[in-house]
Amino acid sequence: MDLLTQLSKTSTKPFEKIVRVFITIAAFAAIFISVAIVFTLSTEAINFFQDPEVTLKEYFTATRWTPTFQNPVYGVIPLISSTLYIAFIACLISFPFGLFSAIYLSEFASRRTRKVIKPVLEVLAGVPTVVFGYFALNWITPNIVQRFIPGTEVFNAISAGIAVGIMIIPTIASISDDALNAVPNSLRFGSMALGATKRITSLKIMFPAALSGIIASFILGFSRAIGETMIVTIAGGQYPELNLDPRSAMYTITSSIVNVSLGDTPHGTTAYNALFALGITLFVMTFILNIFSDYIARKYRKEYE
Amino acid sequence: MEEENITSVNEKLTSFDGDKVFSAKDVSVSYGDFVAIKNVNMDITKNKITAFIGPSGCGKSTLIRTFNRMNDLILGAKVNGTITYQGVDLYDKIVDPVQVRRRIGMVFQKPNPFPKTIKENITYGLKVNNMTDNIDDRVEKALTQAALWDEVKDDLDKNALELSGGQQQRLCIARTIAVEPDTILMDEPCSALDPVATKKIEDLMQELVKEFSILIVTHNMQQASRSSDYCAFFTTKTSDDGKRRTGELVEFNETSVMFTTPDKELTEQYISGRFG
Amino acid sequence: MSDLTINSGRKSEKALKESIFLFFLYFCVIVAIVTLMTLIYDVLSNGYNRLFGDYEIGLITKLQIDNPGDFLTTLDSRDPLKAGIGPAFAGTIWLMVIVVTATFPLGAGAAIYLQEFAPKNKLTRFLELNLTNLAGVPSVIYGLLGLAVFVRLAGFGRSVLSGGLTLTLLILPVVIVASREALKAVPDTIRQGAMALGATKFQAVFGQVVPSAIPGMVTGMVLGLSRAIGETAPLIFMGALTYVNYFPDNPLSGFTAIPIQVYNWISYPQAEWLNTSSAGIILLLGLLLSMNTLALFIRNRFEKDW
Repeated sequence: MDLLTQLSKTSTKPFEKIVRVFITIAAFAAIFISVAIVFTLSTEAINFFQDPEVTLKEYFTATRWTPTFQNPVYGVIPLISSTLYIAFIACLISFPFGLFSAIYLSEFASRRTRKVIKPVLEVLAGVPTVVFGYFALNWITPNIVQRFIPGTEVFNAISAGIAVGIMIIPTIASISDDALNAVPNSLRFGSMALGATKRITSLKIMFPAALSGIIASFILGFSRAIGETMIVTIAGGQYPELNLDPRSAMYTITSSIVNVSLGDTPHGTTAYNALFALGITLFVMTFILNIFSDYIARKYRKEYE
Repeated sequence: MEEENITSVNEKLTSFDGDKVFSAKDVSVSYGDFVAIKNVNMDITKNKITAFIGPSGCGKSTLIRTFNRMNDLILGAKVNGTITYQGVDLYDKIVDPVQVRRRIGMVFQKPNPFPKTIKENITYGLKVNNMTDNIDDRVEKALTQAALWDEVKDDLDKNALELSGGQQQRLCIARTIAVEPDTILMDEPCSALDPVATKKIEDLMQELVKEFSILIVTHNMQQASRSSDYCAFFTTKTSDDGKRRTGELVEFNETSVMFTTPDKELTEQYISGRFG
Repeated sequence: MSDLTINSGRKSEKALKESIFLFFLYFCVIVAIVTLMTLIYDVLSNGYNRLFGDYEIGLITKLQIDNPGDFLTTLDSRDPLKAGIGPAFAGTIWLMVIVVTATFPLGAGAAIYLQEFAPKNKLTRFLELNLTNLAGVPSVIYGLLGLAVFVRLAGFGRSVLSGGLTLTLLILPVVIVASREALKAVPDTIRQGAMALGATKFQAVFGQVVPSAIPGMVTGMVLGLSRAIGETAPLIFMGALTYVNYFPDNPLSGFTAIPIQVYNWISYPQAEWLNTSSAGIILLLGLLLSMNTLALFIRNRFEKDW
C-alpha cells in the first residue's frame, strides 16, 4: 500500500453517523419547540375567533371576562389591564431593590460579602412560585398590606404585585450586576483618580455606563412579571371586570388561563379555544419584551468589546 | 562542553544531504484577508532537528502547523503552495488530515495533558489508532523513550495534572511517540518551563532524533543553536501602508553556519541581538 | 486655620452623604435577605408541627398520623389532619425520572452539536437566538403547548408522561445553555492535543472534551431539574389538579405533584389546611435545596483547574 493510499480518507463509522444525526436533531429541537408554540397557539386561537359566540371586536373591546356565565363575554381588556397593573407594582418593588443590590454587589461589597449574598439571591431565585403565592396570601396580605392599607381585601393586587416583585429581584440584580461588571475598570479608576467618591462614581459614572444592560434587565423583569402565573392565581383573585383599585382582586391573563383550564374544557369547546387565544396574547406580549431586552443587551455588550 | 558541541556539529555536517521528509514550495498561509506568512521554500531533512526562529508574529508557529494540517482546525485559515511529505502532497484532495496527524505528531507550547491518569494519556492515542495490542509494553516504551518512566512508573494511575510542568510536557511527548509517528512537530515546547525542565527536554530531543525527524519552533536562540541541525530564520515585513505584517523566510541554513557566518545581514543582526 | 475648618465641614458633609448612600444600599440587600428568612420562618413555623408531629405543642394537637414520616407516604384526605402528600411525592419522583431521561440526552446532544460541530453561520446564530427567546417564554405557555401536543396530538392523555415531557421542553433551553458553558470551559488545547494524536474531531470531542465537561453538564441538569419540579402552572393543564388520590403506576397514569398538591391545599379556606400546605412547602423546599446543594457539590468537587 503506497503512502498516498495510507493517507487517504476512510469512511465514517455508522455509529459515528448515528450520533452525529442525533445531536443535530437535538439542536434543532429548539426550533421545533418554537414552531410548535406559535403553531398550536395560533391555530386554536383562530378556532376561537371563528366561534360564532365571539368576535375579534368583543375580545379587544369588551370590559368583562366571564366565559362561564350564562351569556359569556370574552373581553380581554380587564385581563390585560390587571396584568400590567400587577406587573407595574412588581416593578416598583423589584427595580429599586434589584438595581441597588446590584450596585452594592459590584461596587461596594467585598469578595467575601459577595460570596454570601450571591447564593442568597440564587436561593431566592429558586423558590417555586407556588411558595411565593402562599407567602403573599398568608403572610404579606395579613401582616403588611391589610395592616397598613385599610380596606384591603383578602385577594388583592398589592400583595400579588409585591410577591411578584420579590420573585424578580434576583433576575434584575444578577443581570444588572453583570452589566456593571462589564464596564471597564479604567472608567471606575479614572473617576476615583479624579477624587470622586464611590457614591459619585457609581451613580454618575458606572450607572450611566451600564445603563443599557440595566434597562435590559428591567424589561426582562417586566416580562417575567407579566408571565408569572401562580402568585397572581393564588393571591390576586379573580375579579372579571375592569378594576383599578389595587386593594381589591384583579384577574390577570395568566390566572384566567389557569381558571379556564380548571373548569371542564373538552377539546373544541369555546372555553378550550379561549385558553389559546389568551395564550397567544400573553406570548406576543412577552415575546416582544424579550426581543427588545435581548436587542438592548446585545448593543451594550458591543460597546465594551 | 563547547568542544563537544563543535564535534557534534561537524558530524552533522557530513549528512547535510540526507533524505527529505518535507518539501515546502511557495507556501503561504492566510486567515481571511490577513496573510500570516508567504512564499516559503524549504526542505526538511529526515532524522534531523530543524529549528524555526524569528521574532514573534513572524508566522513560524503558523507555518509549523501546516506540516500536519493542524491549521485546518482554525476557521478561515487557507494554505497556498505545496507541501509534500515523503513525496505525497499533504493538501491533495484525497488526503485525510486525520491520517496525516497519525504520522506527524505534535507537541504544544503549553503542556496539555488530558485531565486523566498518566496511563490513560498514553493509551488514548493508542486506542484512536487501533494500536491496542501489548498496551502495557507500549506505555512503558513510550514513557521510557520520553525519559519519564523512572519518575512515574509507580503511579501510572495518578492524574496527569498533578505532575510538574516539565513532567507534563514529557508526558505529552511520550503520548505523541507512543503512536509511532515518524516526525514530531514541537511548537515552543519549553516556553512554559523552567531552565532545568528545559534542559531535560533538550537532552531528550537529542535521543529522539535518532528515531524521528523533529521540527521545533523556538523563541530561545540558545536553544536553537544548542540543539538543532538546521535553522530557518523568519522575520516580518510591514506592508507599504504600514497596516499589515506578513512573515517571510529570510534564511535557511545549517545551524553551525547560521550562528557563525550567516548569509544574510538581517540574520546576523537578529542573532547578535540587535533587533527582535 | 479657618480654611481647614471649612474643608473639614465639607468633608464631613460629603462623608455623611456617602454613609447615607451606603446605608441605603445595605438596606436594599438586607430587605432581600430578610424577606427570604421571613418566608422560610413563616413556612417552618406553620408546617413544622404538621410535618414532624409534635403532639403537645402548636396549633395542631390532634394529629392522626402516627408516624411523622407517614406524611410522605399517606394518601391525601378531605381531613387536613389526615392528609398526606404520598401521591404527589410519588408523582414528583415520576416526573423527575421522565424529565432526566428525556432532557439529558437532548440537552447534552444539542449543546455538543452547537458548541463543537455547528458551522459558524446564520442558521446557527438563529438557533442560538431562538434558545435565548425560548428561555423567556412564560411557563404557562409551555403548559398550553403540552396540552395541545402531548395530551391531545400524541394521545398521551392527562398523564405523568405528558407532564414530564412538558417540563422537559420547559427546561431544555436552560440545560442546553448550561451544558454549552461546561463544554466552553474545556480549553482548546485539549481538542488540539487529541487531534494531534490522530483522533478525528468526533473522537476528540467524545473521548476527551465531553468527559471533561460531564460534571458541568450534570450540574446544569440538576439545576434545570430543580426548576422543573418546582413548576406548578404547566402541570395544571395535565389534569394534575383534579382530585388524584392514587400512586401513578405507569407513565400513562394520571398524577399530581408536590407543588400542585400545595396549591390545592392553599386554596382551601379552613385554617388547618394552612399547616398542611406549609408542611408540603417544607418538603418541596427541602427537596430543591438538597438538589441545589448536590449541584454545588458536583461543581466544586469535579471542577478542574486548567
